[in-house]
Amino acid sequence: MSATVRIPTPLRKVTNGADKASVEGNSIAEVIDSLENTFPGIKKRICEESGELRSFVNVFVNGEDIRFSDGINTSISSGDEISLVPAVAGGKD
Amino acid sequence: MSYVLNLICRECGAEYPTQPLNVCEFCFGPLEVQYDFDQIKNKVSRKTISNGPNSMWRYSQFLPVDIENSIDIGTGFTPLIHAKNLGKQLGLDYLYIKNDSVNPTFSFKDRPVAITTSKALEFGFEVLACVSTGNLMGSVAAHGSKANLDTYVFYPQDLEVSKIFGAAVYGSKMIAIEGNYDDANRFCSELSDIYPWAFVNINMRPFYAEGSKTLGYEIVEQLGWKAPDHCVVPGASGELHTKVWKGIQEFIDCELIENSIPKMHLAQPEGCSPISSAFKSKSRQIQPVKPSTIAKSLAIGNPASGPFSIDVLNQTHGSAEIAAEDTIIDSIKLLAETEGIFTETAGGVVISSLKELVTKGKIKKDETVVAFITGNGLKTLESMGEIKENTVSCMPNISSFDRVKSNFKF
Repeated sequence: MSATVRIPTPLRKVTNGADKASVEGNSIAEVIDSLENTFPGIKKRICEESGELRSFVNVFVNGEDIRFSDGINTSISSGDEISLVPAVAGGKD
Repeated sequence: MSYVLNLICRECGAEYPTQPLNVCEFCFGPLEVQYDFDQIKNKVSRKTISNGPNSMWRYSQFLPVDIENSIDIGTGFTPLIHAKNLGKQLGLDYLYIKNDSVNPTFSFKDRPVAITTSKALEFGFEVLACVSTGNLMGSVAAHGSKANLDTYVFYPQDLEVSKIFGAAVYGSKMIAIEGNYDDANRFCSELSDIYPWAFVNINMRPFYAEGSKTLGYEIVEQLGWKAPDHCVVPGASGELHTKVWKGIQEFIDCELIENSIPKMHLAQPEGCSPISSAFKSKSRQIQPVKPSTIAKSLAIGNPASGPFSIDVLNQTHGSAEIAAEDTIIDSIKLLAETEGIFTETAGGVVISSLKELVTKGKIKKDETVVAFITGNGLKTLESMGEIKENTVSCMPNISSFDRVKSNFKF
């Protein structure tokens, strides 16, 4: 199955400027591996060496923060839209 | 002149040239402005500051904008009031209220927005945009007018009416997002990748955040060049809390004041307290929440500066307070009835938290406390419910008045 990932500006050097990517995978963890296959080096930008997401990377599936679901194990369906959003964007009363 | 060196990542220390950029491309950490403090230290003294304008621009050497380029609608140097009446009720001899609700758009937001607008002009932007829980958008709209910039403001649709009017009046383009603040914030972050605008709290965030330091400078100067023992600061994203501390720390570093560290307490409402909750469970990782609070200006469930706010709590031995929702209105009334200051719901959260801190013995009678009141009560009128207990209607004649006078309950 295939889902779409929106690539934020800070990661576009790794994606050769691409702002979207089509990915395979049944979970966010698998989606990240799929991204890494297409754009080698992207995983270490968004994940710690342990495989956990970095503190300042927020991931949304169809607009919902995955921390309200199963985190990195959140399941993905065909056609889902996944956003990688820097945590420091915005957010000041 | 400005003494900015560059931008630096608060997490990994990577450095970047000064530009409208807020995220480290290596670790996604937030970028912060770095200054040449050796130079600042040589140029600045208590006297040079005291001789400056009666506004936030008296601290221009510590800010990332040249004062000649400043967009100034009269922000800052707001009153620090010795709150003797409220202090007496709470058992505090040296309680001070920093009343930042008297800024041009009636909240502390004018400080960061003054910096951002000035900087947006320096960078050559034509559009100023923001996502807001209400106070920010009024300020962005006003400063945009003064600077002749087009403004777009994005806000959660359930906002208080007076906050919407308070931005719309300046002719800003108003976009009500069907969702909460965090939804609007995520959306605007994606929008900022497409539109080449100065998003006040996204790509301009490193500069924006610096404006709030001036609150720290001011209270120190107004207390006679010394830091208080305690600060009680409202928490939404956590950024204000970290920046008040940064301001105080910079004055210590530049030897403008003695090295004494205030306890930096954080005040969050029960219906949205992700930072206080993480701190209480001894974690630096924030678990986001879906806000449900009458303190809408504090309703950020996914606080961007949460981890840094927790660092400040740890460094300064501060407490993270959670104000019960049903105390907020009573606290607003308490401040109004004792000190003549009508604050919005966020201020109610601060006063409720202050009471808790005193009750728990964390603040002592003879210690100096500054409570930060950051927004005006007229902005959140609908939260006040119908205050009918002290109103009566009366015919315009003496006998009618004599009759209704006896109806007063107090």
